[in-house]
Amino acid sequence: MKTLPAVDVVIVGGGWTGLLMAKELGSRTALSVVVLERGGPRKTVDYADDMDELDYAVRLRMMQDLSQETVTFRHNLSERALPLRQHGSFLHGAGIGGSGEHWNGQMPRILPDCFELLSRSTAKYGAKRLPEDHSIEDWGITYDELEPHYSRVEVLVGVSGKAGNLRGKQMEGGNVFEGWRSAEYPTPPTKTPYFSTLFRDAAKVLGYHPYPTPAATISQAYTNPDGVARAGCTYCGFCERFGCMIGAKAQPTNILLPVIQKRKNVSIRTGAWVRRIVNEATQSGGKARGVTYIDADGEEIFQRAELVVLASWTLNNTRLLLLSKIGEPYEPATGKGNLGRNLTHQVYFPAATAFFEKPLNRFMGAGAAGIRINDLDGDVFDHSGLPFLRGGTLEAVSLGHRPIANFGVVPHVVKTGWGSEWKKAGLHYYDRTGNIMFYGEHLAYRGNFMDLDPTYKNGLGDPLLRLTLDWRDNEQRMAEFVTSKTVEIARAMGAKEVTSFPGLRSYDATRNQSTHIQGGTIMGSSPDRSVINPYLQHWQVSNLFVLGASAFPQNGSANPTLTILALTYRTADAIVDRYLKSPAALA
Amino acid sequence: MYIDRQLAGPWGRDRHRYTRGPFEENAAAEFGYQGKATPQQIYRQGLRDLKGFDQLAPTGQDEKLKQIETTLFFSLLRQNTIEGMFCDPMHGGNIDMVGWQLIGFPGPRMSNYDDVDKHFGEAFRPKPASLSLVTGHKVIPSEDQE
Repeated sequence: MKTLPAVDVVIVGGGWTGLLMAKELGSRTALSVVVLERGGPRKTVDYADDMDELDYAVRLRMMQDLSQETVTFRHNLSERALPLRQHGSFLHGAGIGGSGEHWNGQMPRILPDCFELLSRSTAKYGAKRLPEDHSIEDWGITYDELEPHYSRVEVLVGVSGKAGNLRGKQMEGGNVFEGWRSAEYPTPPTKTPYFSTLFRDAAKVLGYHPYPTPAATISQAYTNPDGVARAGCTYCGFCERFGCMIGAKAQPTNILLPVIQKRKNVSIRTGAWVRRIVNEATQSGGKARGVTYIDADGEEIFQRAELVVLASWTLNNTRLLLLSKIGEPYEPATGKGNLGRNLTHQVYFPAATAFFEKPLNRFMGAGAAGIRINDLDGDVFDHSGLPFLRGGTLEAVSLGHRPIANFGVVPHVVKTGWGSEWKKAGLHYYDRTGNIMFYGEHLAYRGNFMDLDPTYKNGLGDPLLRLTLDWRDNEQRMAEFVTSKTVEIARAMGAKEVTSFPGLRSYDATRNQSTHIQGGTIMGSSPDRSVINPYLQHWQVSNLFVLGASAFPQNGSANPTLTILALTYRTADAIVDRYLKSPAALA
Repeated sequence: MYIDRQLAGPWGRDRHRYTRGPFEENAAAEFGYQGKATPQQIYRQGLRDLKGFDQLAPTGQDEKLKQIETTLFFSLLRQNTIEGMFCDPMHGGNIDMVGWQLIGFPGPRMSNYDDVDKHFGEAFRPKPASLSLVTGHKVIPSEDQE
């Protein structure tokens, strides 16, 4: 093993959080910063000719190569976990920019009460109303504390949208249920494609409060405070699973990388596969000495560092801490330990598929060109008499209808999935079909967690991460309730036929249900119940910070990227303003 | 032609699938395909079982397909047929963009800015163009790269 001289900071992972931290530390300090990314390099021009559905959206060219590493999955302790041999319920990206390259660019804020979910739900409904086996937690910060950082990210990205709550004043046309915001969105909402206008108009008639999806696929040219200029979106419809050919969709490669490349104190190494964080035992729990990785030539390297920032993807953050034996692994039987607990996904499904008489021209759109309602989110609506807590967002997004993915979706009257009748219906309905999607809050439970798999290994011989995950009554009942409401909306949109979601049964690892996975290294105000403190600093190893959605105590229904980046900004401030002056525990 | 190229390429050879054992061939559908056989091998066996298919009359062919419609081979064949019908022509399917013309999909377009909020309720059908035509250069598909 080759040992490299110590740098000030080593960052594991070159996605959204790793590169935002690199940009902040590189710009605001003179520290030497090294970013280690196990995938390959990427640059914006790579996407000039990527608009090929087969290679990118079906064969999933931008995702992690599962032949080298995947995760295993089981529903509960009594099942044997099996590896997810092909991509399914979530799509994690590889290479510089990570999943931030192929995302849709939806940037809603999380509702204020989500950050205090345990205390507020208990106060309002009593502990008995919470699911019996829940492990819900407060985040250790409040919405008010995070608000300035939300605004900073929106300005960095140039998010397009319409405020619904400007400093406490309700604004018509925005999301009237959102938390207060200190400023209007930096750019106006995106254009609204036809299918989404049908949803908007029907929702209004039914008394809901539709608003345009906050979008990182920006509506007009924008230059951010770093001087990074981007063009406005052209609605080509190639966002989800693609990089943006013109850079209108904010991606780490187009808003962070250009700044980082000007900083001589930051370097990025690709093909650097981190295997362990090297931790030296001390009385307080430990001190990170750096990381070991396999470089692009297959050589094992020990990169010494004064400060380690773990910024790989949600699931891999937990896995690397488990492999490095940092922190106490969670045991579901006893409830002891915190590392790996509170694995949550998102209750994401097509609540209604609507079939129309008129064509919709659905090839035009953008990943975040849509209309949403939050009337059924969080605690916005009255849950008394309902058999579940919380809720989620409904959205009609026009993200670009891809033919291979969408051909052959036909109304229930067609009974077969092949043959001449099906083909005829498929051709007719191809451009007359739209899904209304639900993004629901997934609560945390004692039985949903992560640990290391005892059987399956990755390409380097290290154990895979094992997910133990299933839905509970709360999600299933929420899905049922929301589905019936959504069918009403679809009918009001003028749909001639509507197929409703058949219901959430056990967790299906083959059904794509967003890449919004949280937990494992959760944040909180007490080391007894969390892995990292509210500054995302490890409770026992104070020179280790852990970024990303692995910090979320539970899913917050809203798409997570904005919140992930806001928390990263807050941590960057804490490191620059406080930690560097006095390297110690910040909380 | 399209399917031959896919089977010969990285997908047909399971280049990116997790193929370490042990294999649990009888796993529930919720775990996804857990078998050892690659798409190439699944096709070889499936076609062997369909021997004489081309000699059958259309009704006999439908009968035969009905018998295998729950098999993994059939689901791959169905999926690959849809892919071949609607992929970019560079992959060897969708010749002359006939598939796109049937469903009114124009292929990749650099900009729909002026049209995305117009044509409500009526078909807007720009002339289809392939990725190479749109970008002005030859694009090499992944099956020819890996």
